[in-house]
Amino acid sequence: MLDLTRIREDFPILSQQVHGKKLVFLDSAASAQKPRAVINAMVNAMETQYANVHRGLHYMSERTSDAYEAVRDKVAGLLNAASRDEIVFTRNGTESINLVAYTYGRAILQPGDAVAVSEMEHHANLVPWQMLRDAHGTELRIIKITDAGEVDFDSLEQTFADGKVKLLAITHMSNVLGTYTPVERLAAFAHAHGAKILLDGCQAIVHRQVDVQAIDADFYVFSGHKLYGPTGIGVLYAKRDILDSMPPFLGGGDMIASVSYARSTWAKPPHRFEAGTPAILETIGLGAAIDYVENIGFDAIAAHERDLTDHALNVLSNIEGLKILGSAQDRGGVVSFTMRNAHAHDIATLLDRQGIAVRAGHHCAEPLMGRLGVTATARASFAVYTTREEIDALGQGLQRIKQMFQ
Amino acid sequence: MSAEIYQALIMDRSRNPRFAGRPATVDAMARGDNPMCGDRVEVFLHGAEIRHEGKGCAIMTASADLMAEAATGKTALEIATLHAAFKQVVTTGEAKPELGDLNALAGVWEYRSRIRCATLPWDALAQALEHDRFKCDHA
Repeated sequence: MLDLTRIREDFPILSQQVHGKKLVFLDSAASAQKPRAVINAMVNAMETQYANVHRGLHYMSERTSDAYEAVRDKVAGLLNAASRDEIVFTRNGTESINLVAYTYGRAILQPGDAVAVSEMEHHANLVPWQMLRDAHGTELRIIKITDAGEVDFDSLEQTFADGKVKLLAITHMSNVLGTYTPVERLAAFAHAHGAKILLDGCQAIVHRQVDVQAIDADFYVFSGHKLYGPTGIGVLYAKRDILDSMPPFLGGGDMIASVSYARSTWAKPPHRFEAGTPAILETIGLGAAIDYVENIGFDAIAAHERDLTDHALNVLSNIEGLKILGSAQDRGGVVSFTMRNAHAHDIATLLDRQGIAVRAGHHCAEPLMGRLGVTATARASFAVYTTREEIDALGQGLQRIKQMFQ
Repeated sequence: MSAEIYQALIMDRSRNPRFAGRPATVDAMARGDNPMCGDRVEVFLHGAEIRHEGKGCAIMTASADLMAEAATGKTALEIATLHAAFKQVVTTGEAKPELGDLNALAGVWEYRSRIRCATLPWDALAQALEHDRFKCDHA
């Protein structure tokens, strides 16, 4: 099991107070806090080892390039990618999906082909496909979810029945319902129907060991900042042959093989997709974050979060008038709920007065809110540093709010 | 729990609004949407009456109700002045005696993300008045 006391000491911000109360941070699914190791890695790079990458012939540039490229190996290891060249650095998960929509979407998908997403996607995995549809003439299809918040396989079958779907773009873990999708099964299904699969792993990567080869994922995306790393760095994994087939996204320095006034040729992946000076410091920070979680180990992280989620479901379901959204068999450390007579915003503000940070709103999943018949929910989400006591504090806070709004 | 914005008046007006509901006939109306949270309010004008209907948090509902009360019987210009003064109150936290019960919302100034909840109905009212004027001009 985890040494929670030590882990909490690794995160300096957790000793902060909010409105004179101890900070209870239950909003890690929006963005996680950063351990000292990540902070130090970035500060250390700036203080001792920094220059632009892939350019200078001087010592600092070479050392910085080494540090930057070493993170590509770490990410390849984290995902168990077959090659480091399958790892493209982006700004965040959203940019990764946009990159795929813009390049693979326009060059490989043909007008009339369909992209399928589920009803429980974050806007990041919906809007880029709407934009592709409008610009390129692809179709966008929505796969239903069950009331429990799981992928409806009947709907999946129907969506693929006419053979037009060429890409299934779906979350690996819902940021609203906490549902893990059965990704191996979905990948096999997509491949059997002649489609590729893109997985939005922004939530899942934090809580579970991800093996893109075992899943047989064609694309896998995530953000650094939810994985205890800095903002401004994201990852796109794609199989080598797919990346090879894709034209560039942004043009500029670093992504070319040769340039003349008349024309340019493109670098090989992954550099083809990394135009301009990258987020060097943030990438180094992501490397430290990966070391940090791998050091703790995903088995221990997953066990801890399962325990927290079970505890939270238990505590919250004992509050009369509180409704938990979704009841998937396989769910992670994200619990969304509504409370009779109390709007999610009021809940969040009143919890904040007690030092408890939760998210309230539509969680960048507006259509899903409509599907669930709510306008907004409150959401508590858990991380490696979350304690059972914090969930108890949430429960007590909610009891008090319930009394106010009864 | 000492969140001073959730005082008795706010809780009462959110639970039992006095000016809620769409009138049978409507001269003008406008909708306010907060894309951040999905709050929605509709403000209706019918003669001298102002009514609101919506789905949202306690702050938004109470604000809409107190607004309807305060604005009833006032001219568009007076309402615009009140609107401006109200915005000042909710962004600075400093009450203005002439605003009466509307000062109950002053506490939202501390919660930047909630100021919009308080001003949403006012923006909708301003729009409804604008629609009303437009209609009259072209009648």
